[in-house]
Amino acid sequence: MTDQSPLLSVKDLHAWYDESHVLHGVNLEVARGETVTILGRNGVGKTSTLRAIMGIMRKRIGDIHFDGQDLMRLPLHHTARTGIGYVPEERGIFATLTVEENLILPPVVSKNGMSVAEIYDLFPNLLERRTSAGTKLSGGEQQMLAMARMLRTGAQMLILDEPTEGLAPVIVQRIGEVLQTLKQRGMTILLVEQNFRFASKIADRFYLMEHGAVTTGFDVADLPDRMDMLHEVLGV
Amino acid sequence: MTMIFGIPLQAFLGQLLVGLINGSFYAMLSLGLAIIFGLLRVINFAHGAQYMMGAFAGFLLLSWLGINYWFALILGPVIVGLSGAVVERFALSRLYKLDHLYGLLFTFGLALVIEGGFRYFYGSSGQPYATPALLSGGVNLGFMYMPIYRGWVVVASLVVCIGTWLLIEKTKLGSYLRAATENPVLVQSFGINVPLLLTLTYALGAGLAALAGILAAPIYQVSPLMGSNLIIVVFAIVVVGGMGSIMGAIVTGYMLGILEGLTKVFYPEASNIVIFVIMAIVLLVRPAGLFGRDA
Ligand SMILES: Nc1ncnc2c1ncn2[C@@H]1O[C@H](COP(=O)(O)OP(=O)(O)O)[C@@H](O)[C@H]1O
Ligand SMILES: [Mg+2]
Repeated sequence: MTDQSPLLSVKDLHAWYDESHVLHGVNLEVARGETVTILGRNGVGKTSTLRAIMGIMRKRIGDIHFDGQDLMRLPLHHTARTGIGYVPEERGIFATLTVEENLILPPVVSKNGMSVAEIYDLFPNLLERRTSAGTKLSGGEQQMLAMARMLRTGAQMLILDEPTEGLAPVIVQRIGEVLQTLKQRGMTILLVEQNFRFASKIADRFYLMEHGAVTTGFDVADLPDRMDMLHEVLGV
Repeated sequence: MTMIFGIPLQAFLGQLLVGLINGSFYAMLSLGLAIIFGLLRVINFAHGAQYMMGAFAGFLLLSWLGINYWFALILGPVIVGLSGAVVERFALSRLYKLDHLYGLLFTFGLALVIEGGFRYFYGSSGQPYATPALLSGGVNLGFMYMPIYRGWVVVASLVVCIGTWLLIEKTKLGSYLRAATENPVLVQSFGINVPLLLTLTYALGAGLAALAGILAAPIYQVSPLMGSNLIIVVFAIVVVGGMGSIMGAIVTGYMLGILEGLTKVFYPEASNIVIFVIMAIVLLVRPAGLFGRDA
């Protein structure tokens, strides 16, 4: 494999909730070190795409390769070991675990992860609250924790589902700073965002999803030309 | 003669001890049920049969292989735990996708098969199991005579309950277990082998039941139906404590054991039903149980 091959490639991905067919042939690629944002209205299948990539959604067909490995063949608990860190939309902080237990829960998958000390440097709030129950944290702190626990694993790629949803502007800004820092360190990021202004500051590339499929993709440089179209499709 | 609430002190303390011993078994058994229910969402009707298998493991290890009580205390739970692992892996795990009722029906059927099998070979009467020499005899506490073995059961049960609680609340494995109880799919997506965790949990629950069974053997004898008599009461206790609450199961087990013992002193007619009366009241007033988080 050459270096130009994408880290993540998804081809003609279909997926179902029981009988309900929600993904209709999703195609996307993410190169090593790139930050890619998926845009799209509510209900178009952004979350489902991420869940199908992780293997949380099992009823799926198509082709998903990550770092040369065929993700379609792996049981759910093997996906993370290929180096993907998933930060779900609902954040998934555990109430019966302390902040620190939440932080160290996901197994380490490579040596490139941050130490707990480095993570507490990056997120001082978590250090202060380390013995509290996970869900006693504010929404913003829970989002930080959901991201932080994936940084410790040494994942090569982060998948984040609407990390700024419902958060105050100052916290959105803080999350933006953290993602910038990660990006500078060479982290590959696949981000689902409704917050267009936030996404435009960190993304290298965008995909637009409509009705369960990716309908167009473009670089951040082409953003100004696409503004009118995006306003119309996204209704912002 | 010293009296307390119009009852001779000796009778009072005697029943308190009986209650505490029953409570020790209730606590160990409801603890295992609560752990299994918490993670697997299965109401393990085979729990009584696994308790009985533990007692029989002790009995058979001794009569066939001459393996004594102390080794049986370790070997028995391991054997029954392994059999639990096999049951989970090859049968129970196939039912998780269906309604929870199927898990209950399956374990209920399994209990009938196991108990029927043992009854076929050993009949319904009890086999005696001698108290180990080290723990035979008794001590005079001044107000009453206490068999040493009964004191040992209380201590062993406390150690088992606290040990299991620590395992779940304070270790890494316990944090996997707690997290998977909340959201198994997310925990598995983190790279943790949740199917294996489910197997281990069922084995742990079955092993705890077996341990209680061996502890019970010298007191109650070893009989194929010893578990089915007990398990109905234990289910009532789990309902009172709140399904899935570990600490709730332990505390409620001891509490209701003692309450049952004291009822024997003050109003013997009600001693067989007091736990069920409490269960009915709790179900009406607080359906999630005394320690349950929510419904
Ligand atoms: N658990 C589920 N069961 C059934 N349908 C679902 C489930 N989750 C989402 N859907 C449906 O799948 C479609 C895509 O949803 P989703 O991927 O969450 O969209 P988005 O993240 O873009 O808002 C929607 O029509 C939604 O109603
Ligand atoms: Mg979504």
